[in-house]
Amino acid sequence: MTIRSDRDHGQRCRPRMSCLKKVEATVVQMQDPSTGVKGTNQKLNITTIPHAITGQDIVAWITKNMNMDNDEAQAFSTMLVAFGYIYPLQDHKKLVLRPDGSLYRFQVNKWKAEDTDYAIYLAKRNIRKKGVLDAYEQEEYNKLHKWMNHKWDFIVMQAKEQYHAGKARQKADRVVFDCQERAYWIVHRPPPQTHSAMDYGLDRHIDPNVEEKKTYDYYKRIVIYMCFMGFCSKSLFLACSLVKYMMTFKNHDPFLVPCLPRNPWQTDHDSYWELNTPDVEVPTKMRVERWSFSFYELLSDPRGRADFKVFLKKEFSGENLAFWEAAEELKWGTAASMSEKAEHIFKTFLAPGAPRWINIDGRTMGLTVKGLEHPHRYVFDAAQTHIFMLMKKDTFYRYLKSPVYKEIQKKAISPAPQFFCICIEAQLQQNMRNRRPSVSPIITWQKEQEEKAKAAAAAGPIDIKKLMASKLDRK
Amino acid sequence: MCDQTFLAITFGPCDNCSQNKPLMNIYLKNEPINYCSLCVELMACQGLAKGETIHTLKAESETLKTKLEEERAKLHDVELHQVAEKIEALGQFVMKTRRTLKGHGNKVLCVDWCRDKRRIVSSSQDGKVIVWDAYTTNKEHAVTMPCTWVMACAYAPSGCAVACGGLDNKCSVYPLSLDKNENLAAKKKSVAMHTNYLSSCSFTNSDMQILTSSGDGTCALWDVESGQLLQSFHGHSADVLSLNLAPSETGNTFVSGGCDKKANVWDMRSGQNVQSFETHESDINSVKYYPSGDAFATGSDDATCRLYDLRADREVAIYSKESIIFGASSVDFSLSGRLLFAGYNDYTINVWDVLKGTRVAILFGHENRVSTVRVSPDGTAFCSGSWDNTLRIWA
Repeated sequence: MTIRSDRDHGQRCRPRMSCLKKVEATVVQMQDPSTGVKGTNQKLNITTIPHAITGQDIVAWITKNMNMDNDEAQAFSTMLVAFGYIYPLQDHKKLVLRPDGSLYRFQVNKWKAEDTDYAIYLAKRNIRKKGVLDAYEQEEYNKLHKWMNHKWDFIVMQAKEQYHAGKARQKADRVVFDCQERAYWIVHRPPPQTHSAMDYGLDRHIDPNVEEKKTYDYYKRIVIYMCFMGFCSKSLFLACSLVKYMMTFKNHDPFLVPCLPRNPWQTDHDSYWELNTPDVEVPTKMRVERWSFSFYELLSDPRGRADFKVFLKKEFSGENLAFWEAAEELKWGTAASMSEKAEHIFKTFLAPGAPRWINIDGRTMGLTVKGLEHPHRYVFDAAQTHIFMLMKKDTFYRYLKSPVYKEIQKKAISPAPQFFCICIEAQLQQNMRNRRPSVSPIITWQKEQEEKAKAAAAAGPIDIKKLMASKLDRK
Repeated sequence: MCDQTFLAITFGPCDNCSQNKPLMNIYLKNEPINYCSLCVELMACQGLAKGETIHTLKAESETLKTKLEEERAKLHDVELHQVAEKIEALGQFVMKTRRTLKGHGNKVLCVDWCRDKRRIVSSSQDGKVIVWDAYTTNKEHAVTMPCTWVMACAYAPSGCAVACGGLDNKCSVYPLSLDKNENLAAKKKSVAMHTNYLSSCSFTNSDMQILTSSGDGTCALWDVESGQLLQSFHGHSADVLSLNLAPSETGNTFVSGGCDKKANVWDMRSGQNVQSFETHESDINSVKYYPSGDAFATGSDDATCRLYDLRADREVAIYSKESIIFGASSVDFSLSGRLLFAGYNDYTINVWDVLKGTRVAILFGHENRVSTVRVSPDGTAFCSGSWDNTLRIWA
């Protein structure tokens, strides 16, 4: 029985490590005697190691031949070491590339990363000198001994043979061989608590290198699903619309133009967030500008929506937005309360003589009424889209020209950019201590819900009976 | 910000099973039929009908594919970077790690921001899900899941709950509480049930619905309160690794990417796959909508990121370099959509200029694969989670 470990062996063939093929091609190039990295005989302790290369040479070669700059080349060469293509001669456990005179060698792929081989390797080291194994290696050895008990004679025999073969070699060759073998197993059986590059995560179910079995249902699926053709537009028009979006929002992107007064992450002051809370009295000029970009931007900002509602109240046309909000709530709400919500919406907004009647065309009304026979969450979709388009094409533009919007534009504040030098360590520490925790979103949410309930109660039609009953009660 | 096409959703009795469900409008042999999504799926799995052989089906699918390509080619007159030539180039970027969040004992697999722009939830391989206030680096809540490899986590829009799932094939919702000592696992709600690992989950516009994708090749929309399956989405032929909801006013579509190299766009109401893109050469690890909702980007194991335009119905840009060999695990856009942040398996994060297709910055710092990259809701910073057990906030 072989041990099932969660590290795969021989991962070069794994489909998702197919990037390794490109890496291997690069390594082959690096080993080219004329154009590759220059290796020399270097002294390590008392032996001379042939074909040793220095870290800085590796980085220089990669920078030149792979068209990268220094940092990238270093990162790439660290990957080479992490995957075991190059191994360090000094400090063999740390699989990083040091861009200095540290020595490295190319790995020779002689072994298969299987448990049997690992057991032979550990046994061999044990024979050579007892007690030389690290704690984790000893543990692995004991485990393997238990699981491979039936094969153990074979393993010990192999270990002894390899040990004798090793003794017969020249001292220099032996040192090199031992280094190589040790490096190989550091990569394929990493010590615990280290980050191994060989870890590729969970197995996925499909091997992308294998051709998908093209049975009848593969084709049938294509035939069925391709029978629609989305409408296309000319590329130029679409490319321009993408560009237009980017240009419109350029000044609002904190990565492109620093946000005012300052970016809270860079400067440890959360004044930016304080000025832009969802329910702030006076919004910033940038925020108000953003509302004018599109109706969707106006609605998605709670402060913008509130301002829009003020405008609608003045125009006495608040029912459109109220209907849209109610339909959204239905769409995204729980399934349990869905049919009663649908009923309520119909009674409040669509039924003839409803208290907040909205004006939709006959066809849409017909579709909606038909849909209400079997209420589902999308039953008001047609009506909702109609109302949304109406608000977007008409009401929104009137809002932008209205005194309400002009007033908020005037009132809006423009915080001055604040730059200060965070060069002193003490200042940094001070800033860290000053980081204020914020109100938990749970509390904010609860407050919002309370306010919504109050607003709903105030906006609903007054029930005369209840009012009279409460008056009578008081008497 | 163009008008979205509005597909009227028909709801009524399915031609096949006669149940009242949202119907998909499809054509079979040029005849329009109205089937519910379940029946369409069944139809695709039935055996060969009379007069059909594998060869006829193959021929038919080939002709349809060529026809679609022709239609697309007719309208393709200019590349994105050509239009972008007139736009000025971006300056040098100085992005540094502003916070390092240490606390996970194993690989960080997924991250999501809260709408308050400073809190995040992260999940890791050892089953721990932690809610941090990233600004102060304090841990606010911690949950231990009963399974390992929690690959999906999401923060609810209200900020009052988190959802997570992974190898347990389920998506569970944990309501957060103000009491630090309360055991969050006690109030856990099991919402989604798949037949394989959960790869990604996302709340829709409210706390009451969750969209999930799974290794079993399907995506599904669930009602949180009852755990009921509202809609399922079939069409991928391999594991679905990632999904993203469209940021549009109609909010009815989402895109998913999977191991079958396809990125599919779905209509949430009917379960219909409205568009499909297959130009990647390997698994698609991550999909993300462009902020306007008209396009989306994907990151894949073939070391490229690509931009697909939904109205052009084709790929419009590839972000790749000779020197980038390792796969991209996660992508996200900056607020304006000009920058694309992509985390790679070679421990780096590359920042791309979306318009010009060039790389503007490369960020080092992580000591193992970058598994997830997410930009904060107000665009002031982005968070990267890595297999080196840490999270970094960059700004």
